[in-house]
Amino acid sequence: MVVGNLTQETEVVVIGAGPGGYVAAIRAADLGREVLLVEERESLGGVCLTEGCIPSKTLIHAMQLINAAREAERFGILVKEVNVDIDRLREFCRSVVSGLSRGVEGLLKRRGVEVIRGRARFESDRSLRLEGSDVSNIEFRHAIIATGSRINQLPVGYDLPLWSSAQALTLPEVPPHLLVIGGGYIGLEMGLVYAGLGSRVTLVEFCPRLLLGADPDLVEVVIKRCQHRFEALLVDSRVIGVQRSAGGYEVQIEHEGATTTRRYDQVLVAIGRHPNTEDLGLEKAGVALQDGGIIQVDNRMRTSRPHIYAIGDVAPGPPLAHKASREGKVAAEAIAGQPSAFDNRAIPAVVFTDPEIAWAGLTEREAERQGRPVRVGRFPLKALGRAWTMGQTDGLVKVISEVDSGLVLGVGMVGPHVSELISEASLALEMGATVEDLAVTIHPHPTIAEAIQEAAEVADGRPVHISPATS
Amino acid sequence: MHEFKLPDLGEGIHEAEIIKWHLPVGQVVQLDAPLVDVETDKATVTIPSPYAGRLHWVAGEVGDTVLVGKVLAVIDDATAGMADEPPPPVVAERKSVSKGQAVEQKALPSGSDLEKKTSPPSAPYAREAPSSGNSAPPDSLPSSPRPAAPATRRLARELGVDLRLVSPSGPAGRITPEDVRRHHQQQVLPEKRPVAGGSAPSASLPNLSSPNLKLVPPDPRDEREEEPTTELSELVGIPFLQVDPLPDFERWGPVERMPLRSIRRKTAQHMVTASLVVPHVAHMDEADVTLLEEFRRQEKPKRTGQAGGSLSLLAFVLKAVAAGLTENPEFNCSLDPVAQETVFKKYIHIGVAVDTPRGLIVPVIREVNRKSILQLASELEQLVARTRDNQLQPAELVGGSFTVTNIGALGGTGLIPVVNYPEVAILGMAAARPRPVVVDGEIAIRTMLPLTLSFDHRVADGGHAARFMNELVRRLGDPHALLLET
Repeated sequence: MVVGNLTQETEVVVIGAGPGGYVAAIRAADLGREVLLVEERESLGGVCLTEGCIPSKTLIHAMQLINAAREAERFGILVKEVNVDIDRLREFCRSVVSGLSRGVEGLLKRRGVEVIRGRARFESDRSLRLEGSDVSNIEFRHAIIATGSRINQLPVGYDLPLWSSAQALTLPEVPPHLLVIGGGYIGLEMGLVYAGLGSRVTLVEFCPRLLLGADPDLVEVVIKRCQHRFEALLVDSRVIGVQRSAGGYEVQIEHEGATTTRRYDQVLVAIGRHPNTEDLGLEKAGVALQDGGIIQVDNRMRTSRPHIYAIGDVAPGPPLAHKASREGKVAAEAIAGQPSAFDNRAIPAVVFTDPEIAWAGLTEREAERQGRPVRVGRFPLKALGRAWTMGQTDGLVKVISEVDSGLVLGVGMVGPHVSELISEASLALEMGATVEDLAVTIHPHPTIAEAIQEAAEVADGRPVHISPATS
Repeated sequence: MHEFKLPDLGEGIHEAEIIKWHLPVGQVVQLDAPLVDVETDKATVTIPSPYAGRLHWVAGEVGDTVLVGKVLAVIDDATAGMADEPPPPVVAERKSVSKGQAVEQKALPSGSDLEKKTSPPSAPYAREAPSSGNSAPPDSLPSSPRPAAPATRRLARELGVDLRLVSPSGPAGRITPEDVRRHHQQQVLPEKRPVAGGSAPSASLPNLSSPNLKLVPPDPRDEREEEPTTELSELVGIPFLQVDPLPDFERWGPVERMPLRSIRRKTAQHMVTASLVVPHVAHMDEADVTLLEEFRRQEKPKRTGQAGGSLSLLAFVLKAVAAGLTENPEFNCSLDPVAQETVFKKYIHIGVAVDTPRGLIVPVIREVNRKSILQLASELEQLVARTRDNQLQPAELVGGSFTVTNIGALGGTGLIPVVNYPEVAILGMAAARPRPVVVDGEIAIRTMLPLTLSFDHRVADGGHAARFMNELVRRLGDPHALLLET
C-alpha cells in the first residue's frame, strides 16, 4: 500500500450504501452510534437508485405518457404525432438519479455518517481491509453487511455485449427488434418500456408462466395487454444459443423440443439476481452462508457472528429495496440495544407493468399449495366508477381472508395505480385487520381504492356494486 | 345458521369455563332462553340465546374453557330443516384453522425464509404451558404468530412475552397491548426456571410448569454483544425449592380426586402469586369496640327493616380504614416493578372478602371515603346477598385498592391474611369478644376486636403500619371521633 496501513476504528461499519445500508447507517447514527459507511461506487443509493428502481420507474412513467397520448383519442383528444427525443429522456433520467443520490449524500452528511469509497473485505470478525481507499483497515465493534446483489449472467453468450437491465436503463439506443430473456418483473417492465419507445419486443420465459410469484388471475390481465404491445410472448422456451450477426444477434430458442433461430438487434438478459457474498472474506469473519450464497440471519438480522449483521439482498427473502430498508432499521436498532425484530407479516410486491400488479401477504396459489381454506372476495374494476372515468377498466382487486374469523391474509390487485394502493393492504395485514375492518372503512369516491373496500365486502358476504351471486 | 360468539363478560375477562348447557345439541332453543352457564374468574353467568333455532354445534363440554370472542355455539334457523344434515361447515372450518389461526406471514414464494426469521428465539419456550386456564397442551401452540399490530409485537418483545402464549381478546384472535400486559403480569415477575439439577427430571415436575412459573425470555439487550448469553438453564432458580411429584396417597387410604375448577384454581393461582411476589409483614393490634358495640346496640332497633339497618361492625371498620388510607397512601397503592414506580390510587375502593359455597369472592365497594356509614352498611347487605346468590356483575369484582377480610363472625382470635395482589395491604378482622383487659390499672371487661394488617414491605414499613393501626384502633374505640372525623 502506497499510503501505508492507515487503520480507522468505528463503533458501526456498514458495507454498501444501497437502500438497506444507507438507511441502517442513518438509523444507527440517529441512535447515537459512530457510523462508517463503505461504498464501492461513486454515487450512493445502490442498484435501486442508480441502475434499478429509480431509473426504471422514470422510463416507465415516460412510457405511460407516450401511451396516454396515443390512447387519448378515445377521449376525443387527438395527438397527431408522438416523438421521443431519446437524448433528452436519457438526460432527464440521469438528472433524477444524480439528484436523489446527492440527496442521500446530504442526509448522511447531516447525520454525521462518514462515507468511505472503497471495496471492503473481512480480515477477521473485528476488522475489514479496504481496497481503493486511503483508509486501508477498519476495526469495528459491529458490522452490517449490505452488499446487495448483482445480475445473473446467461449461461450462453456470456462473452457477448448483451444488455443487462442496468445497461438497458441507460437508453443506449432503441433497437428495432429487441429480445428480452426473462419473464420476471424486470423483463416485463423493461420490455414494455422499449415497446413504448418503439422497439418490436419479443419476450422469452423458461417457465410456463410469467411472474411466478403472483397469482395467475392478476398476471393474465397484464399478459392480455402485453400481447398488444409485444411482438411475441414465448413461455416454456429456452435460449440455447446466441451469436453475433450483422449488427445484431442470431438467437436459438428451444420450445417443446423444436428449435427456431431468429435475429434481433439487441438482447436484454433479465434472469434474476445473485447475492454479493463472494469475495467478501466472510469465511475470515466466521459468517455462515446458507444455500444460494445467502447469509443466515436471525430475526434481529444477526449472522452466525452475533455482532455482524446482514440485511437486504444478501439476507433471506425477496430482493426488494423496501425489505432491505426495514431490515436496515432493525439491524441498527438491535445494535443500539432496542428490542427490534424483523417480524413483518407482509412484504408487498409491486410490478410496474401496464396495468400495475401488486400483492401482499398470502396469495391464492400459496393457500392452495398449503391446502388452506380461504375466503376470497374479488371485485373487478369493470364495476368501479373511477376506472370508467379513466377508461381503464381492466383489472381487479381481491382480498383473501381466513374463513372462520375474516382475518385478512392477503390482498392482490391489478389495475391503474395499484402500486399506491397496496400499502393499505400491508397495513391491514400488519394490524391483523379483518375483512369487516376494510369493509367499514370509508374509502373516498370516486377512487380506485374503493375496489379494496368492495372486495372486502364481497369477502364479508355483503357487496353493493356487484351482485352477491356472481361473487 | 348463526355463529354465537362468547360475548364480552366484563373488563379483564378473557375466558370462561362451561358449567352447564341448558339443552343438548339438536334441541330447539327460544330467543333469550337460557343457553349456557359459564363461570369466569369469579362469577357464574347464565347466557341467554341470542337466536331462536336449533342448537347445532357447541364449542365444548362442561369443564372446557372458551375464549371471549370465539364461537361458543352454532344455532340453525328454526325454520331450517331438522333432517340429518351433514355437520355445518363452520365446525370443519374451525377445526381446520384452530392449529394455525395466525396470520400468514409470507409475501412471496421465497417466504419460507421469512418464516424462519419471524419465529421467536424458540427453544426456551418449548416446555412452557400456555397462559392461565388455557386447556390446550403446550405442543398445540401455533407455530406462526397470532395477529398483533407492530407496536403490540414490539411491546411483547420489550416485556419478553411470547405472543404464541397470549390469549387474544381482539376480533379474529387479534392480540391487543392489554392482552400482552396482562400476560406479562401473570408471568410472575421474579420467575425463573427451577434449578435444573437434582434427581428429578423436569418432566416429573408438573407443578412447576404451571402458569404461575413461566420463563422470561432473555432480554435481547443482554446479548447484543459478543457471543449469545448463557443458557437459560444456568440461571438461578429459588435455592432449595424442590417440588417433588406427589406420593400415591391411596397407599394410606381411599381418596377422591376432584378437578380444580375456576374459582378454586384462580384462588390458588392468585395466592401463589401473592405469596411469591409480596414480602409480607403482619402488624397486629386490638381495638376496644365496647362503646361502638353499645352505640350499635342502641341504634339498631330504631332502624330495623331499613336499608343499612343491620349497622354491621364491618361498615364502621370500612369507614375507619378509608380515613386511615387517606392519611397513609402507602397502603392504597401498587408497585410497578417494570416502570420502577409506585402507583398511588386517588380513589379508595375496598374489596370485602365474602365466603360462599363456591369459594372466596371479593366484591368491591367503590369510593368508601365518600359514603356514610349507613350507606356502607346498606351496600354491604346487598353486596353480600348478591354475592351469595351469584348475582354479581364481573365489573363489581375488580378495581379494589385495599381489602378487608372479616372472619370474626365465624370466630377466631387472630389471623394472618395474604395480601390481595396487586394491592399492597389487607386488614383481617377476627372475632370481637368481651375480654378481661387492664384499663387505668384495673382489670375490666371490654369488647376487643383483634386486627391484623398484612402489608407489602416493598412499599411500606413497620412504622407506617403502626401509625395506620394506632389511628384505626383509636377511631374504632371512640365512635364519636369516628363519626366526627370521617
